[in-house]
Amino acid sequence: MSILVDKNTKVVVQGITGNTGAFHARGCFAYGTQVVSGVTPGRGGETFDIGPKPTTIGAKIPEGAKSHTVPVYNTVREAVELSGADTSCIFVPPPGAAEAILEAFDAGIRLVICITEGVPVMDMIKVRRVLEQKKAEGQDLWLVGPNCPGVITPGECKIGIMPGHIHTPAVTGKPAIGVVSRSGTLTYEAVGQLTRLGIAQSSCVGIGGDPINGMDFVDVLTMFNNDPKTDGIIMIGEIGGGAEERGAEYIKAHVKKPVAAFIAGASAPAGKRMGHAGAIISGGKGTAEAKFRALEDAGVKISRSPAAMGETLASML
Amino acid sequence: MKIHEYQGKQLFAKYGVPIPKGYPAFNLDEAEAAAKRLIEETKIPVVVVKAQIHAGGRGKGGGVKVVKGGPAAARETAKQILGMQLVTHQTGPAGQKVGRLYIEQGLDIARELYVAMLVDRDSRRIAVIASTEGGMDIETVAHDTPEKILTFHVDPTVGLAGYQARELGFKLGLTKDTIGKFVKTLQALYAMFVAEDCSLAEINPLVVTKGNDIVALDAKINFDDNAEFRHKEWAELQDKAEEDATELEAKEAGLNYVSLDGNIGCMVNGAGLAMSTMDVIQLAGAKPANFLDVGGGATEQQVTKAFSMILESDKVKGIFVNIFGGIMRCDVIAQGIVNASRALHVKVPVVVRLEGTNVEIGKKILADSGLKLIPADSIKDGAEKIVAAIGGV
Repeated sequence: MSILVDKNTKVVVQGITGNTGAFHARGCFAYGTQVVSGVTPGRGGETFDIGPKPTTIGAKIPEGAKSHTVPVYNTVREAVELSGADTSCIFVPPPGAAEAILEAFDAGIRLVICITEGVPVMDMIKVRRVLEQKKAEGQDLWLVGPNCPGVITPGECKIGIMPGHIHTPAVTGKPAIGVVSRSGTLTYEAVGQLTRLGIAQSSCVGIGGDPINGMDFVDVLTMFNNDPKTDGIIMIGEIGGGAEERGAEYIKAHVKKPVAAFIAGASAPAGKRMGHAGAIISGGKGTAEAKFRALEDAGVKISRSPAAMGETLASML
Repeated sequence: MKIHEYQGKQLFAKYGVPIPKGYPAFNLDEAEAAAKRLIEETKIPVVVVKAQIHAGGRGKGGGVKVVKGGPAAARETAKQILGMQLVTHQTGPAGQKVGRLYIEQGLDIARELYVAMLVDRDSRRIAVIASTEGGMDIETVAHDTPEKILTFHVDPTVGLAGYQARELGFKLGLTKDTIGKFVKTLQALYAMFVAEDCSLAEINPLVVTKGNDIVALDAKINFDDNAEFRHKEWAELQDKAEEDATELEAKEAGLNYVSLDGNIGCMVNGAGLAMSTMDVIQLAGAKPANFLDVGGGATEQQVTKAFSMILESDKVKGIFVNIFGGIMRCDVIAQGIVNASRALHVKVPVVVRLEGTNVEIGKKILADSGLKLIPADSIKDGAEKIVAAIGGV
């Protein structure tokens, strides 16, 4: 087990013919992910050269290995009906990204992962409203992102832009850690530290750095808590908003597994946007100190330095 | 992105949020002419001269003055304010130079309210916030008397409903003489907020005049930077004098840069890692000079530009390059560092930590360049090495 994605996950890449979409669709395929199709409106009927596939998932591909192709469709609905896609990965540029998410929702995609950075907040307010409506109606649906690195279950499935080779697949009998983060590069940092310590990862989820997004800490923590293959959790937050505090409340009430956390931005001044639209301290709210306190109160072990996320968690196993 | 009060009021007017009559002025002649015109048009002898800077608290800082002595007196007041270094609780001790004025008609004020709209991350909707305590610093009101802050959220599929605005208005103590105007004002503000991609729209104060009119006496508007692609007009609203010159230069080069007051320059990929790099420098006992995220897809030119900007800063006594390449390739970073260092003389110690995609090629480029760089093998190691290299703190 793992969360959200595994070796059976079938992925459609929305925006597969764009530069970024093409590059990362090939990257995911080269990791061993089942990328089954792409969507670019107006390019339906074409095939997309998705490059070679590894013999086993995560394995290095020999030079000169045979290239594969996947079909390109005009709509996500066709991708679902004709290629069996159940998960979508979105690289559509900001002006069309929210529409792309809504289209995936409507086509019956179960998990929508939006990598696109720079989606207007007003668009995300509408997307969020539709997401809540569909979930209330009983649709099995999750949105990850936007502005996120994606989701990986090492050794099974990589969807997104993270470097696959830094991860360590879980093996039976040894502990595996779930990683959830608002930041892409900090996720890699945590994964790199775990791998150096010889600790595997069950799944890693980048929830993204935007103020309004899909899955939040509570959603992912709940899944990790319920996943028998996840033995501990690293949670990486940032200044701004109250998502970390809500995560802390959930941990306090429900999580018995060891949790280590780091919050980026302890040294950031108030009122300045630190790269991510969501990373801003305003009105005295959203400081790293407040988040550290809430997490400590929930029994989470804090790594004050981003260099010690792995060892902090390791000390709890 | 922030805009000036007078620009905000032009947007208010476009959407039907009532504003007093007023004219912007960029020099003393314009200020005097504006005052004369206002007095003629409104038959009110009182005008207000208002400094236009992006920070709040202008009144307390001496940047807003009521003038009763006609156009000549308005000119005198304008002379005091225009060009002054206005210090408010939001500008920092250095203050902000006043380059623009707004000359506005005086009003007979009966009550001052507070109204704002903002993107509320917790409810994932637009929140409307109001208070009877207009004209005050709202954060102080929220802290001292939280019961005086009224809030509701707007369903994006419905929009701001009349009943919501009415309920709020009655709670604010408005009566049948003013409630209809208040509802219209609030709905107009919401329409503007959505159509113009605002992240904040604040009216402090929203006044009730003695003639029972509702008028926005101030306008503070922030835009959502992510929506810039569909608002070409924002380019004209931008006042470059209000922004940090280095941050502006970085933005034009497609880089995320924030100036800070320490002395260790940082170049990092990814916002989270860039913030953590600042944190770890602080933990090592020093202070970062900047936040700089070169992003995931930076080109060699962008990296060269980024590293040059840090090299050219006078306050930088040491540089820490911290890269964990995912999409960002280490060889691109290395080549950028080498390019910038060839063009500019490197006078300060530079610590480089590279990890991730193409790290070996990157390290080779740096080694072959002959540059004196201090290699580091982790974020902690790098921070400690750079602090040691500048001779501690």
